[in-house]
Amino acid sequence: MASHGIIDRVAIVGMGCTPFGERWGMSLDDLIIDAAQPTLASVGMVADEVDAFWFGTSQSAASGIALATPLRLTGKPVTRVENYCATGSEALRQACYAVASGAYDSAMALGAEKVKDSGYQGLNAFPVPTDGTNRTLTAAAMFSLILPAYAERYGVDEDDLRYAAARIAEKNHANGARNDLAQFRREVSAEEVCEMPPVAGRLSVMDCAGVADGAAAAIVVRAEDAHRYTDRPLYVKALSLVTGDSSGLVDPGFDFTTLPECAAAAAEAYRQAGIADPRADLAMAEVHDCFTVTEMVLMEDLGFCERGTAWQEVLAGTFDLDGDLPVNPDGGLKAFGHPVGASGLRMFYEAWLQLRGDAPADRSIPATDRTRALVHNLGGYPGEMVSFVGIVGREPG
Amino acid sequence: MSSMPTRGILAYGAYLPYWRLNRASIAEVTGTTAGRGHRSVASFDEDTTTMGVEATRTALAGGAPAPEALWFSTVAPAYLDKTNATAIHAALRFDAAIPAVDFSGAARSAVGALRAALGSPSRTLVVASDLRVGRSGGSEESEGGDAAVAVLVGSADEGPLLAEYLGGAAASAEFTDRWRIPGEAHSRTWEDRFGEQAYGPLVERAWADALRAVGLEAGDVDRAVVTGLHRRATARSAGALGVAGADDLATEVGNTGAAHPTLLLAHLLDSAEADRVVALVVLADGCDVLLFRTTGALGAGRPARTVSAQLGHRADVPYGRYLAWRGLLDAQAPNRPAPSRTSSPAALRRADWKLGFVGSRDTTTGITHLPPSRIGILGGVADDMEEAPMADAVGEIVTVTVDRLAYSPSPPVVFAVVDFEGGGRMPVELADVDPDGVAIGDPVEMTFRRLNSADGIHNYFWKARPVRA
Repeated sequence: MASHGIIDRVAIVGMGCTPFGERWGMSLDDLIIDAAQPTLASVGMVADEVDAFWFGTSQSAASGIALATPLRLTGKPVTRVENYCATGSEALRQACYAVASGAYDSAMALGAEKVKDSGYQGLNAFPVPTDGTNRTLTAAAMFSLILPAYAERYGVDEDDLRYAAARIAEKNHANGARNDLAQFRREVSAEEVCEMPPVAGRLSVMDCAGVADGAAAAIVVRAEDAHRYTDRPLYVKALSLVTGDSSGLVDPGFDFTTLPECAAAAAEAYRQAGIADPRADLAMAEVHDCFTVTEMVLMEDLGFCERGTAWQEVLAGTFDLDGDLPVNPDGGLKAFGHPVGASGLRMFYEAWLQLRGDAPADRSIPATDRTRALVHNLGGYPGEMVSFVGIVGREPG
Repeated sequence: MSSMPTRGILAYGAYLPYWRLNRASIAEVTGTTAGRGHRSVASFDEDTTTMGVEATRTALAGGAPAPEALWFSTVAPAYLDKTNATAIHAALRFDAAIPAVDFSGAARSAVGALRAALGSPSRTLVVASDLRVGRSGGSEESEGGDAAVAVLVGSADEGPLLAEYLGGAAASAEFTDRWRIPGEAHSRTWEDRFGEQAYGPLVERAWADALRAVGLEAGDVDRAVVTGLHRRATARSAGALGVAGADDLATEVGNTGAAHPTLLLAHLLDSAEADRVVALVVLADGCDVLLFRTTGALGAGRPARTVSAQLGHRADVPYGRYLAWRGLLDAQAPNRPAPSRTSSPAALRRADWKLGFVGSRDTTTGITHLPPSRIGILGGVADDMEEAPMADAVGEIVTVTVDRLAYSPSPPVVFAVVDFEGGGRMPVELADVDPDGVAIGDPVEMTFRRLNSADGIHNYFWKARPVRA
């Protein structure tokens, strides 16, 4: 029994991403086509030349047919995958393994979500018939449990912690304001965020990710074939997924100050990629900032700083665009928006732009000899969660 | 009767909801005169069934034996056609062999059930519950109240009787003083004076017959609980008996309809001394008189949670919110999907969990799992679980939040992670709280509630609430 990883056996050679936002005029099919076309064009392929497809969508459609139909794929294996908000990265993970196994020469992962047709704010739960005893709390409320628990555990004043969380919104909005594809392109100050009325615990609406429509895609090939498609491929260093057993909701030992599935997924990814000190080794990270407090504790769970210190590191600017380790330089879920099935691939898209030097100058991470980027994508809630961590690098070895 | 051992009350318990409506707040909105004091108000997540569960839990908390029959009486049933008593039966985890039946419809059904139980050979739990609703600004609204009471009726050989049943009498008559057509939300009443004169001779007849039946004079009766939905007739009759009356709770609770006779009896028994003769006189489409004598067992056998204690544990609900709770004000819900209906097969499979709040305890690791789980979080061995009944467990808030986005019949949702004494954790909604008044470390207990309703199916489950007196 062992997890071996597939370091440097697969490379991403092409990517594409639509603008995220309230795309009232765009259907799911439109979004799929608008993500697939530039992705294929970037590698000079047509859809028929891709051997297999993995389609990630959480709530917008079912089965591979929903991808095959708009793209008019004929005779192809197309699989729909779903893993909550980690659906997009899950699609890429499956595509990478398929190519690494030798089953296919090339594969496309495409994630898409059309959430703004429902008529409701926020995401919508699946109407699975149940005994009626399951929680119906919003994700915002579940993640808001972190703030008082963290304050209690580390003896931090709740107001100070609340300000640090708002500072994360400020950072991500500053980055998103410089991103043509982002849902929210307006800067916001931490003070403004703090003054807003709460919607869940201490969190205001500005502590929550934007709910957006959008799609993103990637094409992966065997690493040895990568240069046939691009002179600047991204090599897949690690793909790690940890699915929790919801024990945090049963076990009194869980204290809501950490996301153990994320810490475990990160440790496994660092092992696969051979990373000893992520803070020093990574050029940047895209993390799942579904809520500001989520990003805060992730800084500790991903090993970017010591436990109990993330809020201070946030205030010190460690994770700013020009900080020691830029986090969410594209604006993150907070400002870029969160079309569930697309978000994981959108995160890779930012790593793709930054590591290849294609990001616009006003939001490029500082020049660095660090060559690897981390992508963290989670689904679920504190105590019951799936967590993905992937690492890509611009150089093999 | 002579062949039966002495019948009487083995246990009793009352439930008053936490919320009160200040009558002055009605007058502010309607411009009417709504009187002084407060009425009790079932919360948005309570109905006559959930209140019946709470009353039964109070009645049986002291270790009284389980009933051999469960009779539930209300004027405001959560369901028609389908039995409501079965939800109480399930919540209390009574054996399947115990018949659970409803006595629904008229207010008199409640005292009728009590009378029938006193005359039956079975140990019978009689639960009366009512939720009184009236048109805005009217006396039905301001003078009504919500409550439930459970009385365990049995024989002296089944345990110490707290009050012996001496006997009684009834008088019946057909007259239309108060009425409601099925499907209507409110009752209508005739002019006050008509009922007053119609009830008078019926009370006289039943009272005289009851005293004669048990061989007592009016002067032998220490206290009379005289109650009925006709206020004038009740007051006049009480005055005519020549017996000291009991607190009618009109100022602090209101008239709780079907529940009121046993609520007032419970309130009286909460402080009554031994060897007192107590009369219960109920005016409803006639008159029922039941005579009891308290026993020396009452002092030790009365419930720990008294009516008086519950009178003191309360908070006011604003009138507008009260109207929204009763569906009389069309309040804006959060812009979130309403819950879908509960799956009946799923609910039946998990009835022990959903209605009885029974988790599972891993016999290998000792860890309590809520909800029950076949494989434990640390054990790994499948099906090494035993039942873990948690309805009476006390817990402590580990962390807490207020969800202003989630769907609720009465936002916001206050939600906490609770760790129970003796093991077990559960993230659970809180009931009967001020959103700003909950803190980490607060003690909570479980309460049976109606989470929501969809497609006419009521979704019953448990919430946590601050520990009550």
